[in-house]
Amino acid sequence: MADTRDLGRELRRFGKFLRSEARPRGKLLTPFNVISIPVILLGIGILVVRFTKGLGSVTNLSQEFPWGFWIGFDVVTGVAFAGGAYAITFAVYVMKLEKYHPIVRPAVLSGLLAYVFYAGALVLDLGRPWHIINPIIGNSFGYNSVLFLVSWHFMLYMLAELVEFSPVIAEWAGWRRLRRILGALTVGTVIFGVTLSSLHQSGLGALFLMAKSKIHPLWYSEFIPIFFLVSSIFAGLSMIIVEGTISHRVFKDQIDPAKHHSFEDIILGLGKGAAISLFVYYFFKLLTFIHDRHWKLLTDGWGIWYLVEILGFVLLPCVLFAYGVRNRSVGTVRVAAVMALVGIVLNRLNTSVIAYNWTAAVRYFPSWQEIVVTLMVIFTEIWVFRWIVLRMPVLREAHELPTRRTTAGNPVPSAIA
Amino acid sequence: MNRRGFLKLAGVAGAAAAARPASAAPASSPDSPEFWGVLVDTTRCIGCRACERSCSIAHDLPVPDIENDDLLEHERTTSDRQWMVVNRFETSKGEVFVKKQCMHCWQPACTAACLTNAMHKTRKGPVIWHPDKCMGCRFCMVSCPFEIPKFEYNSWNPKIQKCNMCFERLEDDKKPACVESCPTDALMFGRKRDLMEIARVRIYNHPDKYVHKIYGEHEVGGTGWLYLAAVPFEELGFRTDLGTTPYPEFTRDFLYGVPLVLFGLPALLLGLSLLAERDSES
Ligand code: SF4
Ligand code: SF4
Repeated sequence: MADTRDLGRELRRFGKFLRSEARPRGKLLTPFNVISIPVILLGIGILVVRFTKGLGSVTNLSQEFPWGFWIGFDVVTGVAFAGGAYAITFAVYVMKLEKYHPIVRPAVLSGLLAYVFYAGALVLDLGRPWHIINPIIGNSFGYNSVLFLVSWHFMLYMLAELVEFSPVIAEWAGWRRLRRILGALTVGTVIFGVTLSSLHQSGLGALFLMAKSKIHPLWYSEFIPIFFLVSSIFAGLSMIIVEGTISHRVFKDQIDPAKHHSFEDIILGLGKGAAISLFVYYFFKLLTFIHDRHWKLLTDGWGIWYLVEILGFVLLPCVLFAYGVRNRSVGTVRVAAVMALVGIVLNRLNTSVIAYNWTAAVRYFPSWQEIVVTLMVIFTEIWVFRWIVLRMPVLREAHELPTRRTTAGNPVPSAIA
Repeated sequence: MNRRGFLKLAGVAGAAAAARPASAAPASSPDSPEFWGVLVDTTRCIGCRACERSCSIAHDLPVPDIENDDLLEHERTTSDRQWMVVNRFETSKGEVFVKKQCMHCWQPACTAACLTNAMHKTRKGPVIWHPDKCMGCRFCMVSCPFEIPKFEYNSWNPKIQKCNMCFERLEDDKKPACVESCPTDALMFGRKRDLMEIARVRIYNHPDKYVHKIYGEHEVGGTGWLYLAAVPFEELGFRTDLGTTPYPEFTRDFLYGVPLVLFGLPALLLGLSLLAERDSES
């Protein structure tokens, strides 16, 4: 009896707490808001047209190019960028590299949101999205489809990420007992998550294995799955470096200034990991290139484009990472991270869109609507990210639950302390 | 064994039989289903496009104007409104007409790609599409080496459109509409083994008339539709670089690896984590 009464009281408290948390914090007229709000509204309008008039009304997709920017960038590239979460949780919970503990929460949060939004963007691209239920509830299992595997792993991984992030939510809401239970699940969930990640990161590459006759030979290889897997490691690490750098500026007041030095140390460590995985990737690319005897393909425009990707945005960032780590130059590592990310965008778009059906007479180029919707997805994700970071103990120390005033001056309810 | 597994096995066995040299007797057992197909003899086709017409009528699609020869000026592809087209090619031996539609591969890339089993290879051989399963991901389009499945981009409830070898007519023991409408016997409907034999006999009897190749015998592991021609197939818009490996093979290694990783990797990670823990303690 007492229990239910407790529960009732707790729920009421939480309801009140949630209402106070839902209130916006900070100024409304920041440059980011001024840009993002119109884009998000426009994007919603475009989606209304898309779901009533069909994909053709807002996209440049065609019979020759069934997959365009939404798949090539939002899903295929976005998921590679989200690889940071599994790389970091692996380092901290499996390899016990405690040094990286401070960045676990932001990394897991951005991983979780990236999957919800970018893998979720897949739904926008489906022609008959209401049938997405078929491969989930099991009345139609296409076991031997790579896409079946990838989408199941997306879903399970989102769940794993949610479990990994749930202690933060429990701390925020003040559920101490639950927090302990959820915390105990972490190592198991991480192991599960890393396994799922390695499978769907490579699975995204495996999607293109049957497009053998369509993808330019410089980008097709039977090893695409391995390329995608290895490159998701440095993609994820680079993303953490870039994202971390930005959030350290934007959310300055969430972070203990004494921690600043250790953050630079962390960036250098991540840079080292990125350098190694980039090198492995480059070396492996080189091996298959030589093995497939692709020399003569380098003479035309496609060859030059390929060299731009491999030399300019794989080898060069690899060298820069190594140089930056060696000379403890955080700036160089940041530049390298941005370049590596550009390299990933190039590689994923080349495989899925640009060098796909490269002999087609009419090329595909995304429509402005496709780009606006992509921006909408990104901006919405940033909104949610910001909302959570300003409220939950993501960047700030976990245990020193604040009683101080937050940015907007709202006192944080002491109930959660 | 479920029906699907059975079909898959049957497909493998079928492809192995097809890959045998001509002299060897094809393997058959009473319960192995034999796929049906169509033999297209391009030397007999007069380009009347009666098949285009009958196909559209049979499937409630807009009926093309077959009197209008302007359409033959450019090579056409199948579309979301037309499941098959006849193209005209200027070749070293003059004008040749070629009918183009789904090849009804023995081990189709499209069905292996489909995550809902909406694309489905039936027991008799036609590859068909189920509207109530498809979720419109277009992975079949990405995977099909012949670029056959077409998507209705301008509908809120889009369908995949492609030739179904008149699956519904076959159920009624009728031939595909195109075969029935063909005035010159350029199209012949039958079991693949019989069609292969007929094709070989034609080449044997007229060695100067035909190139000595049957397109579809081995391509992508063998297809239900077969083609005879007087000129090399490159001249007729066929891709001859597709290889003889069935397309699902390209992802098979990856898919076989999945359970291995799914069970092996967690064990490995657990071991690593225990090791790391001991290290950090000592
Ligand atoms: S030709 Fe394409 S659509 Fe037809 S069965 Fe083969 S893979 Fe499927
Ligand atoms: S076989 Fe039937 S469905 Fe296919 S093109 Fe011919 S008439 Fe149309």
